[in-house]
Amino acid sequence: MTYLKRSPWIIHYDASSCNGCDIEVLACLTPMYDIERFGIVNTGNPKHADVFVVTGSINEQNKAVIKNIYDQIPNPKVVVAVGICATSGGVFRECYNVCGGIDKIIPVDVYVPGCAARPESIIDGIVKSLGILEEKRLKMKNPDTGQSSTVGRK
Amino acid sequence: MISPVYGLVYILLAPVAGGIVAGIDRKITARMQGRVGPPLLQPFYDVGKLFEKENLIVTRSQNLYALSYLVFMLVSGALFYAGGDLLLVIFAFTLSHIFLVLGAYASSSPYSFIGAERELIQIIAYEPMIILSAVGMYMVTKSFFVSDIAATTIPIILYLPGIFIGFLMVLTIKLRKSPFDLSTSHHAHQEIVKGVTTEFTGPNLGKIEIAHWYETVFLFGFIFLFFAFSVPIALAAIVIAYLIEILIDNTFTRVKWQFTLRSAWIVAGMLGLVNLAVLYYLSGGIQS
Repeated sequence: MTYLKRSPWIIHYDASSCNGCDIEVLACLTPMYDIERFGIVNTGNPKHADVFVVTGSINEQNKAVIKNIYDQIPNPKVVVAVGICATSGGVFRECYNVCGGIDKIIPVDVYVPGCAARPESIIDGIVKSLGILEEKRLKMKNPDTGQSSTVGRK
Repeated sequence: MISPVYGLVYILLAPVAGGIVAGIDRKITARMQGRVGPPLLQPFYDVGKLFEKENLIVTRSQNLYALSYLVFMLVSGALFYAGGDLLLVIFAFTLSHIFLVLGAYASSSPYSFIGAERELIQIIAYEPMIILSAVGMYMVTKSFFVSDIAATTIPIILYLPGIFIGFLMVLTIKLRKSPFDLSTSHHAHQEIVKGVTTEFTGPNLGKIEIAHWYETVFLFGFIFLFFAFSVPIALAAIVIAYLIEILIDNTFTRVKWQFTLRSAWIVAGMLGLVNLAVLYYLSGGIQS
């Protein structure tokens, strides 16, 4: 029996985003979309979180912060990069202070492109990440077998 | 008479009941906010998940403190439902919260520290009222034993209306509902991250959540005692009291700790002590 997929708690970090994607992430909590239907709770604490949602691109200022938050999340955990800036750096890719997408610092599991990403696609991305979360849990439980052959990816 | 059977029933069934109550709470809260809300069994999924997670700790003693919080909550609730001495129950109940505070202090995190300090303030705020409730019940029934108080035919609520209102206020603090959810909260107040539970992860947080379910059912038992003369009225009172708590939770914002402490003590003093004084005067002193 797996409970992880039924109760993913997210932590949202704004890494130099223009707030476009952040507004859309928060829109998922509103009565219109209500992600609590899936048991998803926006917790402010990395130590309680399962899903790390990052918006915006990496720069020199927030490199250490993102790494720190990622390390504080207990295993198993997944990272969802929301918006094109988090995915690849977007239009800011060539800026002198921007290093690029989130995957330059930490491993990203799901990319949600868009400028700004729609709430529907954010929800879709988070729900996709739950399959990966489950795989990681099985890997953590049986480190020898490595692959999770019993559960197919959705 | 103390009956261990009821204590055992409490140990086995209280988490189930407490979890379902938490689920109903979240569903009603969502409906009040115009949302659909999570499934009824969501609290069980949450706790199940927490036990699947890695146990990330700052110091080893956190494990002991989280476990002690759960165990002493269980002891106090089981003593209560077995019909034990109300004063001993309150002692064990307070001790369990002290363990939670110690657990928060064990980790060197500023958010955890603030949460621990606020939790202590909450204990200071609600403790007098809970003691007064026990004293009031003793004055009416001439016994501190839950078994005697529960078996009485005297309508305690008619003798202790002030104490009951004071107890309802304390209930808001105890159930971690707004406006008194200072130390930690189930909702998205994030100015102190998660307060007292900030540094507890995975299984430890799961234990704290289960302890909270035990606590909820224990407090329901306390409400029951006020209406012990009639079981249907008592059950109705528990349901209505909890619905009022949910409504208050969704209506008010979090207040400052100064207001919490002051208002809790003023209510305890005004309603609780005056209630006891009137009772003392009318009965012409306590006859032994």
